[in-house]
Amino acid sequence: MANTYEAIATVTVGSGGAATMAFSSIPATYTDLVLKMSLRYSASGPQDMRLTFNGNTSAVYSMRSINAAGSGTPGSASETAQTSTWLGSLQGVTASTFNNMELYIPNYTSTTTAKSISTDNVNEANQTDARSFLVAQLWNPATQAAISILSISVASGTFVQYSNATLYGIKNS
Amino acid sequence: MAQHKLIVDCSTGVITEVELTAEELAQREADATAFAEIKAAEEAAAQAKAEAKASAEAKLAALGLTADEIAALSL
Repeated sequence: MANTYEAIATVTVGSGGAATMAFSSIPATYTDLVLKMSLRYSASGPQDMRLTFNGNTSAVYSMRSINAAGSGTPGSASETAQTSTWLGSLQGVTASTFNNMELYIPNYTSTTTAKSISTDNVNEANQTDARSFLVAQLWNPATQAAISILSISVASGTFVQYSNATLYGIKNS
Repeated sequence: MAQHKLIVDCSTGVITEVELTAEELAQREADATAFAEIKAAEEAAAQAKAEAKASAEAKLAALGLTADEIAALSL
C-alpha cells in the first residue's frame, strides 16, 4: 500500500451486531478516501447494502453495476434518483466467512462537483453462491458539499460481530 | 429488538452506539422491500429462461435431434 495512505478510524462490530456503521467528522485534509471492509451478514443472504453521505437521503444518488455469481449468467443493474446508493450484496451463507469490500472516493472535499465512487465487493462463500460486484456510484446533491459523514447500512438483519471497516485518507504528496 | 448504528467520530476516535431513528428504520424497510422485489424479478427471469430452454430442447428432440446433437448447439 502506498505510504500516502493514513488510517483515519476503524469501526468493529461487537457481539450485539449493528445495522449501520458510520464515520462522522471526516477530516478534509486528504485528497481521496478509501474505505476497506470485512463484513458478514447475520443471515445466509444475500442482502442489500446501501451508502449515504452527510446524512443526505434526498433522491440524488445513482449507480451502475456489473456482477457475477458462482453460477448463472453475469448481470448488471442500475439506479437513478435514489435516496441512498447500492453497494452490492452481503452474505452470511458459509460459517466464519467474511465478505471483502473497498470503496474509493476521490476529490471528496470538493464543494463544486458531484462525488463519484467506485466499489469493489466480493461475497466470498466458498460455494456457488459466491458473488462479486463492481459498482460505479454518484452522489449529486442540489448543493455540492465535502463529505464529512459516511454511512454503510444493511437493509435488514445486521453486520455480525467482528465485521469491521477502516477509513483511510490519501494525500497526493 | 432495537436496531443500532455504530458511529465513529473521526476527530476523536470515540465510537458511540445509538438506536436507529424512525426515519432510518423507514428507509431500511424501504430498502429491504426494494431488494426483495429485485431478487424476485431476477428469479422470475431466470425461471422463464430455463423454461424457454427446456421448451426449445423438447421441440428439437421432437424434430429428431439426438441429445448429443442438441447439446452441440450450446443452447
